[in-house]
Amino acid sequence: MKHIETIETLDLCESAKTGGCGECQTSCQSACKTSCGIANQTCENTEAN
Amino acid sequence: MVHQYQLGGYNLVLDTCSGAIHAVDEIAYDIISLFETTEREELVQKISEKYDGTAGISREEVEECYDQVVSLRDSGRLFTPDTFEEIAGNLKEKTAGIIKALCLHVAHTCNLTCSYCFASQGKYHGERAIMSYETGKQALDFLVANSGTRRNLEVDFFGGEPLMNFEVVKQLVAYARSIEKQHGKNFRFTLTTNGMLIDDDVIDFSNREMSNVVLSLDGRKEIHDRYRVDYAGNGSWERIVPKFQRLVAARGNKGYYMRGTFTHANPDFLKDIEQMLELGFTELSMEPVVCEPGDSSELTKEDLEIVKKQHEKLAELMLERDREGKPFTFYHYMIDLTGGPCIYKRISGCGSGTEYMAVTPWGDLYPCHQFVGEENFKLGDIWSGVMNHDVQQEFSECNVYAHEECGDCWARLYCSGGCAANAYHSTGSVKGVYKNGCELFRKRMECAIMVAVARNLAEKKNAAE
Repeated sequence: MKHIETIETLDLCESAKTGGCGECQTSCQSACKTSCGIANQTCENTEAN
Repeated sequence: MVHQYQLGGYNLVLDTCSGAIHAVDEIAYDIISLFETTEREELVQKISEKYDGTAGISREEVEECYDQVVSLRDSGRLFTPDTFEEIAGNLKEKTAGIIKALCLHVAHTCNLTCSYCFASQGKYHGERAIMSYETGKQALDFLVANSGTRRNLEVDFFGGEPLMNFEVVKQLVAYARSIEKQHGKNFRFTLTTNGMLIDDDVIDFSNREMSNVVLSLDGRKEIHDRYRVDYAGNGSWERIVPKFQRLVAARGNKGYYMRGTFTHANPDFLKDIEQMLELGFTELSMEPVVCEPGDSSELTKEDLEIVKKQHEKLAELMLERDREGKPFTFYHYMIDLTGGPCIYKRISGCGSGTEYMAVTPWGDLYPCHQFVGEENFKLGDIWSGVMNHDVQQEFSECNVYAHEECGDCWARLYCSGGCAANAYHSTGSVKGVYKNGCELFRKRMECAIMVAVARNLAEKKNAAE
């Protein structure tokens, strides 16, 4: 029996190798303007993707 | 660090540092909760006793489940240690001096006088002012000159009410378009408006030039009109809703957000979301009021509990609407599990004061729109650049590890330390944390992840059928 269903996610440890281009959107700019979080941002690194 | 919670009928386990997410059954949920504090033999015994008599749950099965947990730990998908602190600051260091986003305060004035406005009716505790074309043009030149190799440059036309200076907005967009190719840049514009001055010209222009339009609507008429009134005290709902509907209908698939504010008057903001949906809007955002402590609109502790429950109901509503084939987007529940931000972004913070700045109508630079008017945070101006290096240094050091309280928070890599302005206004330091904001953020992430997991599993189920 399968007790654990692992959902496919970005591996943060792996992203340390290819990330950091800085092209993604600044956080609350262009949207909510009051509450910060980065979880809903999209990666814009064309080389890593 | 691992975070476990139950929501929407799911048992969810988040591994903070790898970003892994697991939907588990009750046995695995219990095993994981005891895994770090209990030896194998004792743990298996305890869980076996708990489930003794439950059909099909033998001791062997509990052992098998335990081994699955061990295997996930060994493959770096559970109980992953935090090894990122040493790269904190790398992204900001690497991009030091590069600016890629400006919030242009083209109008420090407004045609509404909303008492809850953090910008004090658009004036930011100062005089009314309008940005000239020359100042705006210089701001765009300043942005291009300081953007290094960044291709995507974000410019938000903000206020007050930016459409009170619409001619300058149009001229600035035309100027930006005239220079972007030669500099290898791509401008992405956003307009944040209360809707009062929307007409056919604004609709055509916005839908042609704006990557995103943020439309302020608080939802129900009585809620909206409580605060969002003109200078004669008349509510604005009836005047703006038809305009927003026309703009959105003509927008095609370009981005927009209906952005509402919830206050002490509407902690039950789900009714406002439902109102927006009834009006035909599907891209939605609701934010907590930002106000002075003691203001009548301020959310109380009791309100916060209501707001958290409302977020859970909102998540349920989203899944229900998915099933009905009528999906909608809530800004804070957008989460791209496989293509979201890399670890550098997740530990760097929002970029205010470093890659993102606000420009006043007279060309002063501030770390972000929420610091405008706080003289001690003035960074410099668009002609001379950043001169207040001490303040900028504070912002460049502002990463998730700079906030002591974030160290034991499971949501730190979804939030990246939170809003510097909220932190400053609640603790006096940009490296503090705004605790109510944290509570709300954690709830939002739990809901967002639950919705994403439910959608993921539904897709898998559909594919298998």
